[in-house]
Amino acid sequence: MTNRIEVGFKKGIRDALGEKTKKRIADNLGLPVASVATVEVYTVAGELSAAELRQSAEGPLSDPVIQEYAINKPLAKNFDWLIEVGFRPGVTDNVGKTAREAITLLLGTSLGERKINVYTSRQYLISGPITKADAENIASGLLANDLIERHQVVGRAEFDFVNGMPAHIPQVTGRDEPQVAKINLTRLDAAALLKISQEKLLALNLEEMQAIAAHFADPAVVKARRKFGLDENTTDVELECLAQTWSEHCKHKIFNSRIDYFDGRTKKTINSLFKTYIKGSTAKIRKAKGRKDFCLSVFVDNAGVIKFNKEHNLVFKVETHNSPSALDPYGGALTGIVGVNRDPFGTGLGAKLIFNTDVFCFASPFHRKKLPPRILHPRRIYEGVREGVEHGGNKSGIPTVNGSIVFDERYLGKPLVYCGTAGIMPARLNGKPTHTKEIKPGDVIIMTGGRIGKDGIHGATFSSEELHEGSPVTAVQIGDPITQKKMTDFLLKARDRGLYRALTDNGAGGLSSSIGEMAAYSGGCEIDLSLAPLKYAGLQPWEILVSEAQERMSLAVDPKKVGKFLDLARKMGVEATVLGRFTKSGIFHVRYGEKTVACLDMDFLHDGVPQMKLSARWKAPKHAEPVFAAPANLGKALSQMLSRLNICSKESVVRQYDHEVQGGSVVKPLVGAQNDGPSDAGIVRPVLDSMEGVVVAHGICPRLSDIDAYHMTACAIDEAVRNAVAVGVDLDHLAGLDNFCWCDPVKSAKTPDGDYKLAQLVRSNMAIYDITTAYGVPCISGKDSMKNDYSIGKTKISVPPTLLYSVIGKIPDVRKAVTMDAKRPQDLVYVLGETRDELGGSEWFAQHNAVGNKVPQVDAKKAMRLYRALSQAIRAGLVASCHDCSDGGLAVALAETAFAGGLGLNVDLKDVPYRGKKRDDYILFSETASRFVVTVRPQDKTKFDKRMKGNVAREIGFVTGDGLMQVSGLSGKTIIQEKIGKLKEAWQKPLNF
Amino acid sequence: MANKVKAIILTGNGTNCEMEMAHACKLAGADRYDIVHISELLFGEKRLSDYNFLNLPGGFLDGDDLGSAKAGANRFLHAPISGANEMLIEELLKFINAGGLILGVCNGFQLMVKLGLLPALSGNFTRQSATLTFNDSGRFEDRWVYLRANAQSPCVFTKELDTVYYPVRHGEGKFVPESNAILEQIERKNLTVFQYGNADGSVTMDYPANPNGSVRAIAGICNESGRLFGLMPHPEAFLHRTNHPRWTREDLPEEGQGLAIFKNAVAFIRGKEF
Repeated sequence: MTNRIEVGFKKGIRDALGEKTKKRIADNLGLPVASVATVEVYTVAGELSAAELRQSAEGPLSDPVIQEYAINKPLAKNFDWLIEVGFRPGVTDNVGKTAREAITLLLGTSLGERKINVYTSRQYLISGPITKADAENIASGLLANDLIERHQVVGRAEFDFVNGMPAHIPQVTGRDEPQVAKINLTRLDAAALLKISQEKLLALNLEEMQAIAAHFADPAVVKARRKFGLDENTTDVELECLAQTWSEHCKHKIFNSRIDYFDGRTKKTINSLFKTYIKGSTAKIRKAKGRKDFCLSVFVDNAGVIKFNKEHNLVFKVETHNSPSALDPYGGALTGIVGVNRDPFGTGLGAKLIFNTDVFCFASPFHRKKLPPRILHPRRIYEGVREGVEHGGNKSGIPTVNGSIVFDERYLGKPLVYCGTAGIMPARLNGKPTHTKEIKPGDVIIMTGGRIGKDGIHGATFSSEELHEGSPVTAVQIGDPITQKKMTDFLLKARDRGLYRALTDNGAGGLSSSIGEMAAYSGGCEIDLSLAPLKYAGLQPWEILVSEAQERMSLAVDPKKVGKFLDLARKMGVEATVLGRFTKSGIFHVRYGEKTVACLDMDFLHDGVPQMKLSARWKAPKHAEPVFAAPANLGKALSQMLSRLNICSKESVVRQYDHEVQGGSVVKPLVGAQNDGPSDAGIVRPVLDSMEGVVVAHGICPRLSDIDAYHMTACAIDEAVRNAVAVGVDLDHLAGLDNFCWCDPVKSAKTPDGDYKLAQLVRSNMAIYDITTAYGVPCISGKDSMKNDYSIGKTKISVPPTLLYSVIGKIPDVRKAVTMDAKRPQDLVYVLGETRDELGGSEWFAQHNAVGNKVPQVDAKKAMRLYRALSQAIRAGLVASCHDCSDGGLAVALAETAFAGGLGLNVDLKDVPYRGKKRDDYILFSETASRFVVTVRPQDKTKFDKRMKGNVAREIGFVTGDGLMQVSGLSGKTIIQEKIGKLKEAWQKPLNF
Repeated sequence: MANKVKAIILTGNGTNCEMEMAHACKLAGADRYDIVHISELLFGEKRLSDYNFLNLPGGFLDGDDLGSAKAGANRFLHAPISGANEMLIEELLKFINAGGLILGVCNGFQLMVKLGLLPALSGNFTRQSATLTFNDSGRFEDRWVYLRANAQSPCVFTKELDTVYYPVRHGEGKFVPESNAILEQIERKNLTVFQYGNADGSVTMDYPANPNGSVRAIAGICNESGRLFGLMPHPEAFLHRTNHPRWTREDLPEEGQGLAIFKNAVAFIRGKEF
């Protein structure tokens, strides 16, 4: 028996979702519909009596003050087109799950035992003169994502006004018996091995397949396997497990490859970029810091750990979730944020999460050209990703305090969705340090949180490939922040009570990765997949092992504490299941019931992947130097620059993220007289009794990699550090994270220029080493995503090589923090740092459709001296406002400083320290690194100048109360005279939707 | 002798402002400020009767999946306390009858309204007579708002308050009464505690100063005894001047304006007979 409960708004009550949908139909599709109303539908499968249905509808499912409901008849009355959107089988339905729990409580009976399930869908009732094709377009182009949702479009004439829409149950119907397939790889030739890799979406190359085949051909291995009833055949469980563990996503094979690099002059062999440049730079910095080294755990756990103070440690990680976000922006981004939450949460003994960051790279939401197949419109990606991160962050109670959005047409093929999370943990708990992991043989393996389904199967291997025709739908997951919140509430309590020994997150590769990694601590494990709780029947053992279903953590629990652990879980309404135990057998041993389905040597599993050997060739590109005259009206030019997507205000997105939950907000993303100026960095106080703060900032400048990825990287690191300095960070207590998003850098028929792209990667790594060691800002963790390409038919789109550098640091006293808004008239305006005509890759050149060649170059030694002086001036209270100069250069920084403060300013370009071709527009818009705009009270001038001695720091004008931004040019004439209100409007308008 | 102030800050199932709310109780001088997971009440490990100040913090109870705090209210109404032969709602009503104070912020306010604890006209605490629904903008927003306090209100939490500045952070904050008759009673009895306003204190229906389109710009209401109070804005998010969005440009007292709400609660409990 199936019943439908429909819930809609009473007459006269505003349907805000309907209104919003109407606006989006007009904005995104250009269809002027007259009205949109929404109806929530709960499809109840199973025996529920009429009285029980009514109780459910009246109780938790509807709000009696504003809503009405109908059971097995339609609420829909006046409409031209009805669109109903529901999930496809197996897709996470959070609302359905909550409804089921609520009805269970209401009726006091177990819906599980009565085999009753609840599925949700939503109706959009559209009125207006649109055709069926329009309605279909609205359904598939806006309301439903056909990958995960099904939709029906019904016209008024066809609608059954008596019975309404027929009930539809998106139940997973697979009832396959568990089976384990075996395949003999040992005698296959190269072509056959590659075919298996491709057909099974293993994303393993020939050498790797051959290494597996050779392993299983080894008589000693076969002999050992016979004890467990296995032989030279590889089971599908083993093959999938190896593919996940050896995936680019998990093993970072490119970063660990041996690279022959040639830059046109010299040849060099690099044995692992990761070890040479990233680990190498951090080791060097830590050594130089000596006793002041604040790093505690770097590169070994799910996130990096540094000291905060004597009592607390900070944990930070940034991840990307690009490929899933391309297919399902909402689910992909939601999973991205709740997924990265589990990294710091699963580090050491576990950390409480204190803030999120997010950086998105999209194509223009105003994109007008035809879209290649399987690509969603960038506006839809923008809105979906924004909403996914909103739900993931807000519902988890973690403030989103820092981020940005970067636009470039090449993100059309794959958007980049960077999500970061920091946590705090007590430095010691129950007498032991918290930043390390320990697991003893005999410890019990427990999985807790959500259940396992087919969602997220092959996520790790999928993201190790370009987006192609056969990209799997199951790779898309929808996160459930509340299940995760319940789990983290429980685990923090369990942590403090000492109920577990270690934990880690189930992310990419699922149980095969989490337990595989944990087993390395004890030296082996034995698990039984038949014990794993499933969302629905029909999963094969290999699917259970590699499923990336969300909201799960794996734990090692002392056998003596298992009872207490499970008891607390039960009380707090969190599922926890014993799956096996850790051993010291040296074997990753997986059973299904009594039968062994995988038996892999731990050494082979973790270290058996052959090192890739790649070549990289660098040849500096030559772009045309743009030829254009400095515009006569620079005020107008400034206004246009402020309206560029990479410069304009992102307030509408920022406001939809809770940036102050947890009560420690100090420097918000929006600051200034009207709370709408663009902050350089975020500051929070994670411990409310203390005035110590955590600073977070980032740098990203992908356009510069069109000229040289070395300088792109150097500028990104400099920007991140500069932003943190601008709000007052302690430079000696600042750490970084590198997140590389590259296009495929392996030369092949698909990627003929792979050796150039790899050279870009090499150069980027060289910059990481050079700049982080010069700044003393060590990388503590990071991630790389190497296949950000789109390739279908003849269309190939590759993202520009993009490095996001995020920094986390400490400010000893938040009351010394500085914001970017001008504070009062008569304050003096300074520019710090020399400006050079480095317009290559700048927004100003982009405005003239050019790239140029003179890329900004970081002089790290000079910059560091300036940063130290500025930091001391800030700590001495001598700086009224401080804003970093980045996209759009000095002019944009000055304008933002002015309008954020609601004040005018008057500056003279002749006073700006400048080297290069003498042009007003170059001085205004050059994007030379390591510069700031600072305002200083007149009475602090002498002291400030003294602090700045030996650095380039020049007074160029003063703040005014007249609300005008006035700039006089090299000729002495006024070249800009604009009302700050108008400039602000130009800056706020483009993305205000 | 003055009463001990025993504050309980309830959490679990998606609540997320418990830490700062407990901190507010601590700064306000409460003798106890225990963060209690709702499962501890449901398993009888903690009892509401051991407290006299119940804090219902912000968050997303059950994800607000069925509408804000709907599934949360359903739990309060229908969850039994194991081993006690009593329902959670009965314990809650006893707490109210014993004169306890309840403060609901954001999702906590939504919970109170949907349970019927507010406005609870004529002392009917389990009949819902108003709601909090989607903002007119159709979106969640984090922004600071000016609130005009009603000097005539019986609310014990807002004594001596005039205009205050707190952040809102919600997607479902539009206050809608069941009928004009209910609204008329709320106004006549001065149960409106806070209204959205401009910086000068004048009440407004204009977005964004009124962030959600609430009827009569209502941001917070109390019951007739003034001991039960709920509001959408977050006083616990403004306990120190560095929480203020413009603290780097304005001269502000060290203490944030949100603390007054908790101090009033503490002072009231100290001075009352229970």
